[in-house]
Amino acid sequence: MGASELNKQAPNIFVWLLLLGMPFWLPAIGGYTELGTRAVVLGLAAMSLNFLLGYTGVLSFGHAAYFGLGAYGVGMTIRYLMPSTIVGILVGTLVGTLAAAIIGPLIIRLRGVYFAMVTIAFGQVFFFIAFRWNSVTGGDDGLSGWTRLPLDFGFASIDIQHNARAFYYFVLVVFALSVGAMAWLLRSPFGRTLIAIRENEQRARFLGIPVDQHIWISWVISCCFVSVAGALYALLNNFIDPRALYWSQSGDFVIMAVLGGMRSFWGPLIGAAIFVVLQDYLSSQTENWMSFVGLFFVLVVLFFPRGVLGVIRRKVTS
Amino acid sequence: MSLLRVENVSKQFGSLVAVNEVSMIVEPGELCAVIGPNGAGKTTFFNMISGFLRPTTGRIVFDEEDVTLLVPARRVWRGIARTFQITEVFPELTVRENLRIPVEVAAGYRLSPWLSRDTDTKIRARVSELMDMGGLASKADRLVGELAHGDQRATEIMMALALKPRLLLLDEPTAGMGDQETYDITQLIRKLHREQKLTIVLIEHDMRVVFHLADRIMVLSEGAMLAEGTPQQIAANEAVQAAYLGKAAA
Ligand SMILES: Nc1ncnc2c1ncn2[C@@H]1O[C@H](COP(=O)(O)OP(=O)(O)OP(=O)(O)O)[C@@H](O)[C@H]1O
Ligand SMILES: [Mg+2]
Repeated sequence: MGASELNKQAPNIFVWLLLLGMPFWLPAIGGYTELGTRAVVLGLAAMSLNFLLGYTGVLSFGHAAYFGLGAYGVGMTIRYLMPSTIVGILVGTLVGTLAAAIIGPLIIRLRGVYFAMVTIAFGQVFFFIAFRWNSVTGGDDGLSGWTRLPLDFGFASIDIQHNARAFYYFVLVVFALSVGAMAWLLRSPFGRTLIAIRENEQRARFLGIPVDQHIWISWVISCCFVSVAGALYALLNNFIDPRALYWSQSGDFVIMAVLGGMRSFWGPLIGAAIFVVLQDYLSSQTENWMSFVGLFFVLVVLFFPRGVLGVIRRKVTS
Repeated sequence: MSLLRVENVSKQFGSLVAVNEVSMIVEPGELCAVIGPNGAGKTTFFNMISGFLRPTTGRIVFDEEDVTLLVPARRVWRGIARTFQITEVFPELTVRENLRIPVEVAAGYRLSPWLSRDTDTKIRARVSELMDMGGLASKADRLVGELAHGDQRATEIMMALALKPRLLLLDEPTAGMGDQETYDITQLIRKLHREQKLTIVLIEHDMRVVFHLADRIMVLSEGAMLAEGTPQQIAANEAVQAAYLGKAAA
């Protein structure tokens, strides 16, 4: 590994070290492990959204639907089908991904605001199902009466149920696999076609890229990983309610991505961390914490359109 | 056997007939120029061949296959590549990246999540070859948006070429260029035509370029085909002189 390669990898190494050490340094500065877990889970959601938003140039305002499907998928699997955390995650992810794959062809021809609006509309459909279908989803009260379970490998078992640190590292492993897969894809020929579409859709089309098909695939990948995040979110809370599917939750993901910087790979994670910390701190101070987050968001967008990480990157390179 | 047959195509925008019953045959290895005054319908004509627009009536046959209703990407796969009157590139990517994308698409890897080391080496080599040919090697890692206009146009031509087209459509390749840049691009096009036997149709306003390059010229005026022939025939054609060359010379 040459010096320039090391330079390129430096931010990645830095982020991974921070994440690996989180349960140790976070309490030292006044946080707690669950807060870190929350940041990583929502970070995964925002990074998944950003696969579509930042790297394909397509804005979805409906990702909460697939986040919520992943969450209900894991909760309902553990409650009704099979007491296994891993199986639950797989089912949740599968359900979210399938829903996205089926809805995809109906929406990928749309662009811009129209695409965003239709993703909201489909998201609200899932919200109302979760909200109304009391007997199965628990309706407005949410789905309770289940918890995440220890990982049982036969020869060994890891108690992610009671040990917050163990759960954090479990989440981090799933996060690493997901984020690693997305980074891998973005560096592949397929990933480059997405960037081509983001940069100049017309040029991409006339270079022989069937743009709608590629957007569909990008959408499905993005929704797949956001449902992974949703599943982890339900496991973190041992609970899930319809608010996780509400369109304002989709808005939160967009805010996280834009806040952190949607042109950088790690930006949305930073955005999610800021969001989670602000929420944790402000919500104990005031009912109206969201208006402060909103104000902060507006300031960032006005003065640092490339997001928080965009600013840091410019400082480093200049 | 002709490579491209355009049969009586028309395009109507509302009440405006932008292209009116135009036909054209292009033989393999030919270089045809389409000329005509502003608003004559030249770009609209190209747009129908490349799939940007569907003809109101008429048929487009490429290599004995009716492509009239195919979407642009499918026409590219069959071998039709184009550039635009107003440069269409990826301005925030480097020259290398701009070329790599079409090279990968042409090699059939657009959906690949992975490339073998071998393939990667081949693709890099092909990108370098294209940059050398287009005189872009020294700017390989510059963002295309930061390059001079001429280099952006050259990048766009090389991107189209990266697709290994059988028919290359160039919409005013020298538009907005200085004399030196015009000369360079003209030499490049000539080389592609002569050495690689590439079939090219180009729209061009610069008559020096047209007469220097073209085997055959077709003249559009107000959407209709005014004349068609060798450069000598076109230069001698009175109707053309009245409608177009006269104006350009005056
Ligand atoms: N998408 C469109 N909608 C409506 N009118 C159009 C459209 N595209 C072109 N036109 C009209 O069709 C006519 C032909 O335009 P076209 O761009 O084909 O001309 P051109 O010969 O390429 O001209 P120039 O030399 O200026 O590039 C013009 O009157 C133009 O305004
Ligand atoms: Mg034109």
